[in-house]
Amino acid sequence: MTETKTPSKLEKILRSGHLAVTSECGPPRGSDPEAVTKKAQMIKNHVDAINITDNQTSVTRLCSLAACIHLKLMGLEPVLQMVTRDRNRTAIQSDILGAASFDINNILCLSGDHQAFGDNPQGQNVFDLDSMQLIQTVRYMRDEGKFLGGDEISRPPRLFVGAAANPFADPFEIRVPRLAKKIAAGVEFIQTQCIYNIEKFELWMKLARDRGLHEKVFILAGVTPFKSAGMAKYMKNRVPGMDVPDEVVKRMSGVSKDKQPEEGLKICVETIQRLKECEGVKGFHVMAIEWEEKVPEIVEKSGLYPRPKME
Amino acid sequence: MIVAKQKDIEEIIEEVKDYSKILIAGCNECVTVCEAGGKKEVAVLASALRMYFMNQGKDVKIDEVTLERQCDHEYLEEIRKMIDQYDVVLSLACGVGVQFLAETYISTPVVPGVDTCFLGVTEERGVWSERCQACGQCILARTAGICPVSRCAKRLLNGPCGGSTKGKCEINKDLDCAWQLIIDRLKELGRLDDYEQLTPIKDWSTERAGGPRKVIREDVTQ
Amino acid sequence: MRLSYPTNIRIICLPCTGKVDLIHIMRAFEKGADGVYVAGCVEGTCQFNTGNIRARKRVEQAQKILEKIGIGGERVQMYNLSSSEAPRFVEIAEEMTDRIMALGPSPIKLARKKKAA
Repeated sequence: MTETKTPSKLEKILRSGHLAVTSECGPPRGSDPEAVTKKAQMIKNHVDAINITDNQTSVTRLCSLAACIHLKLMGLEPVLQMVTRDRNRTAIQSDILGAASFDINNILCLSGDHQAFGDNPQGQNVFDLDSMQLIQTVRYMRDEGKFLGGDEISRPPRLFVGAAANPFADPFEIRVPRLAKKIAAGVEFIQTQCIYNIEKFELWMKLARDRGLHEKVFILAGVTPFKSAGMAKYMKNRVPGMDVPDEVVKRMSGVSKDKQPEEGLKICVETIQRLKECEGVKGFHVMAIEWEEKVPEIVEKSGLYPRPKME
Repeated sequence: MIVAKQKDIEEIIEEVKDYSKILIAGCNECVTVCEAGGKKEVAVLASALRMYFMNQGKDVKIDEVTLERQCDHEYLEEIRKMIDQYDVVLSLACGVGVQFLAETYISTPVVPGVDTCFLGVTEERGVWSERCQACGQCILARTAGICPVSRCAKRLLNGPCGGSTKGKCEINKDLDCAWQLIIDRLKELGRLDDYEQLTPIKDWSTERAGGPRKVIREDVTQ
Repeated sequence: MRLSYPTNIRIICLPCTGKVDLIHIMRAFEKGADGVYVAGCVEGTCQFNTGNIRARKRVEQAQKILEKIGIGGERVQMYNLSSSEAPRFVEIAEEMTDRIMALGPSPIKLARKKKAA
């Protein structure tokens, strides 16, 4: 096992050669922490770490940092998702220290969906940094122990640094160079956009392997079960950067409405089983949006249960 | 050039309705090119306002003048002798001109007749689009002549984001993804390898964030 | 063909309706015209390609402005016909006249009369 750089449980699992499993919870549009803690309770034994989204789709929600703290206080392993859309570099570094003060050890660095999609399209956006520069910032704070301005940080953050990758966005030709760029910026783990077009994903992995990138970063393949054919169609047509092949939609529409959730879960498990064989895939990121209760079933049926116990 | 768009006439009327001697001042430069505040637009607006007030039964004097520019002292002098005849100036210059006119003639109210929108180009007659955000530190040499600060909705310096779809931006299908344009241009220039160079964190202090800006050339000041 | 058409129409000849600028329409109403119509060639047959298209767009713009200032956008109209269509010319003249008669005199004309008195 290669040496860990942080106390992160996720890092430990990945570096020991196990397949990691992460999932995510969306915080509520209100201040009741139970909305997060309940979901986390449902899945805690089936995942190694839990992402908390950061005002996803630019819709105002309970902040990721606070929700991560609630999870940490439950003894769980949160992944702080942080977008650069809403914060300047001062707030970013400050929030990183806030997370570190609670010993939150994982961060996912993102740019963020544009506010035009959310509930405040008339608001300003920040983008003082982009996702690559955020990766650089976290690594700098952790490894140099300094603020961007150059001053020393007392008790620097010890965060395992992650980012997102989307093999399905355009243009395809730079999606692997983009992965290389994030690696050069210092990223240590990647969670991909949810995969339905397995061929395309396997092609992206091949191109990444050709450059040896699969050994420089831990790639976790993203999966999301379809609850219905309607959901499949929606994601195919209305979500930017999403690739849902016609055959998958057909498969979902081909069964009666009451059987569709089961079919969606089947597709999800099959995807995981197939990608277990894909060299370079080091784990899975199960995003069961508003369907968190199915995560245990998905993990079990994919042969990924029980989760390894790490000290 | 600076691209502006004439305000809705209802908004303009609301601003000038209580005055009885209006001077409409156009500008012969940028707002003429983007057909928002040049001599022609001044004439049409003047005619429309005259008819509006006539219809209201109000006796309002409306005169027209189009200055070469409203952002230089010398050109603003042109109206010094006549300005006291008016109780308001409706300026169709960009926000720069409106302010400079107001600074020069402090005892005459000045109202804007256009909304100043951006620094941009004429793609074709009637279509103007943004190109520059005046960030104060031009990086166009590194991005194959296409600016990610002004043309990427998220001003990503290491784009594109995951929402880029078929060369268009996630927020608007009619908006080109700036990073797609940059990648295409780098390919044409045989420089696609440059894509992997990480652009470092930007110094935004020369942009609006750093406060109102000034440029001084010591060698030509008097 | 020596057809007769309403006598209240003042004709202004142009080489192409593309020469009509927005200001010409505005000034006509400013000076008290009750209605203005622009008669151009059938779309697709303009000798200068798009003169009549430009005219139509300017007429539409004039309609918007006149509506907003309370004069009424229907007072200005665009028509297309071939120069050989004399009966159509008469038809348009009559249609426009009927429309304007129904709308009544332009409020600008009334305001000007009042002021002159």
